[in-house]
Amino acid sequence: MATSTTKALAGEEPPAPPGAAGAGKTARRRGAWLHLLDVKGAPYAFVAPFFVVFAAFSFYPLVYTSWISLHDVELATLDVMEWVAFDNYVELWGDSRFWNALQNTFTIGVVSTVPQLLMALGLAHLLNYRMRASLFFRVASLVPYATSVAAAALVFTMIFERDFGMINWMLGSVGVDPVDWEADKWPAQVAISTIVIWRWTGYNALLYLAAMQAIPADRYEAASLDGASRWKQFTHVTVPGIRSTIVFTIVLSTIGATQLFGEPLIFGQGPNGVTGGADNQYQTLGLLLYEEGWKNYQMGRSATVAWAMFLLLVLAFAAQRLITFLRSRAS
Amino acid sequence: MGTLGSPRRKALATVAAAGALALVAGCGGSDDSATGGGKKDGKVTITMGLYGVMGIKETGLLEQYEKENPDVDIKAEIAGDEQTYYTALQTRLAAGKGLKDIQGIEIGRAKEITETQSDKFADFSGVAGTDHFLPWKESQISTADGKVLGLGTDIGPMAVCYRKDYFEQAGLPTDREEVGKLWEGDWSKYVEVGRAFKKDFKGDKVAFTDSASGLFNAMVYGHPEQYYDEKGELIYDSNPAVKEAWTLSADAAEDGLTAKLRQFQPGWDPGLANGTFATAVCPAWMLSHISEKAGAANKGKWDVARAPKGANWGGSFLGVVEQSPVKEEAKKLVAWLTAPEQQAHIFKEIGNIPSSREALENADVKGAKSEYFSDAPIGEIFGAAAQEIPDKQVLGRKDGTIKDTFSQGLALVEQGTKRDEAWKTTTERIEKAVG
Repeated sequence: MATSTTKALAGEEPPAPPGAAGAGKTARRRGAWLHLLDVKGAPYAFVAPFFVVFAAFSFYPLVYTSWISLHDVELATLDVMEWVAFDNYVELWGDSRFWNALQNTFTIGVVSTVPQLLMALGLAHLLNYRMRASLFFRVASLVPYATSVAAAALVFTMIFERDFGMINWMLGSVGVDPVDWEADKWPAQVAISTIVIWRWTGYNALLYLAAMQAIPADRYEAASLDGASRWKQFTHVTVPGIRSTIVFTIVLSTIGATQLFGEPLIFGQGPNGVTGGADNQYQTLGLLLYEEGWKNYQMGRSATVAWAMFLLLVLAFAAQRLITFLRSRAS
Repeated sequence: MGTLGSPRRKALATVAAAGALALVAGCGGSDDSATGGGKKDGKVTITMGLYGVMGIKETGLLEQYEKENPDVDIKAEIAGDEQTYYTALQTRLAAGKGLKDIQGIEIGRAKEITETQSDKFADFSGVAGTDHFLPWKESQISTADGKVLGLGTDIGPMAVCYRKDYFEQAGLPTDREEVGKLWEGDWSKYVEVGRAFKKDFKGDKVAFTDSASGLFNAMVYGHPEQYYDEKGELIYDSNPAVKEAWTLSADAAEDGLTAKLRQFQPGWDPGLANGTFATAVCPAWMLSHISEKAGAANKGKWDVARAPKGANWGGSFLGVVEQSPVKEEAKKLVAWLTAPEQQAHIFKEIGNIPSSREALENADVKGAKSEYFSDAPIGEIFGAAAQEIPDKQVLGRKDGTIKDTFSQGLALVEQGTKRDEAWKTTTERIEKAVG
């Protein structure tokens, strides 16, 4: 089948009918040739679509964004680009908004990722027990992940509303003063982290669960023969057993946290969300990028933020490799 | 791999790549590439790009036009949010693709369009039957060399919406004439009334007004020069009118007269529904929002009184794209949609105040009353307010952004930041946003 597909792709004519002797010989040679082509060339043809799409939608935008970031250019007049070299980067370096956004991205990232992964680990451990309706619980834990960011953020925004929100109402019923979840820095960051935690805990739990089920049961048996408690089994058998999955989820969560955007935008409602609150108290790097691009219409500066975010991830990756390298040398 | 194979392989790879590209291109869709509608089989298709509630489609005007002109087919696409709409419009103008024949232009964008995109819009100057607008309306969409890029739809004269029941509980008059007299001629009197309200209001916690930014906008928009001077220079940090509005709004915020809400954001709506504030500075087009969100339960509790001073907040235009294949037909449609009769019709249906001088003289418009707002004579109140709008209003390219930044600065004051610090933060942000 592969042969016929590639032939069709290459626009080859079907082999000549047998009968004419001379023609048959050429056809045979040609057939061998095509076979070689099929074996050696087809794999490239099959992976080509991905690379073409990657070039068009990832690589080209990446390069073009870096080109824009070296210019002063507004959305209304995209054809008028003024070359400013690295001025945008220098300006960003000295801009307090950038450092503020970086700090917010980091704190929201930590507040949302650490409890999220710990809770996912615990949840996976519980789901790993033999119990009734385990399938139901496993599917239920994935439901938040299947909810759209917009819907989840909107509902949480209503729950955290200052005057008529459910949380302040509950706080009020036990005599605690209402909290202005949006206007105050830490409550706002906690509220946004809550949305992230709610959405991603179940997803990570299922990843952990899948890894846990691959751990051979005899390890647990051996551990219990040695008199290890449930907790010891968890810390000494389960966690080392799913170590690579844990690293994987940490990497994913870190990338996700760096790009945090939808939750704070919707949480802040409208123009106020774009700036991450009146005091930029929860403006993340993603929101700063959006503010420069789609509120101030300064495409050059927006592209600069995008590249700064990319470079940060590269930096984090390099640091991680360095640590691994140093550790492997030390041991 | 023999040497014989290589050219073939290259050919194959090329074909495969071309196939993949064709696949990719196929996903792009072809609708976006053309501009506007067109003519086919004697039938003209005109496309429109609108936003918010402009009342053009909502009140059935398009169907009426189609009925009167059977060979015209109109397709209107309405974006909910103006900022989203304008962002898309800008990219399409830059690309020269995907534009509609007729595009709505909000007042806050008018200056940017006239300064940077004037060659992309058709000229309306000298089109017969279009000399019925308020004088300042047309000048806002005209370029320096006299090109008129669109025709006006509505304007936003101001009044003050207030809760009669709350005023009564605070021992203030409830009759709209008397209420209007309380603060006649001076916004600082409005804040004085707010202080009296706060002192005397009995019952649950109700703030005098919804937000400091509503007051700020109303004051700033009452001046001919706002954030820019006539030469196009930024004067937001030196204009005494802005400073005065800031000072008074910050006073109101510091004295706790505001409910610390943000207008038109979801948090504002439960405030309306549950009545957490007694007044709101309201341009005409805000009435429909208030009646919808405050709901039937509050019908008859609201009323409308005259604002201390005239001001214009908002309003739109309709422009025709220069490269439209049906330019003349589209211009005809715009002229019809913005004619006095149609503007009066929109006002009667949803309350947008006409930008047409003649429509404002219309007896139906003048005599209109709002049932929801205790039968307030809104035609008379807003009509009179429209006359008080300064005859000249200097617009600037970044008016919208500057307004939003000031609103946030006042929100900072409401949250307890010192006003000087908030002012400093605000001006720094504006510098970055416009620079």
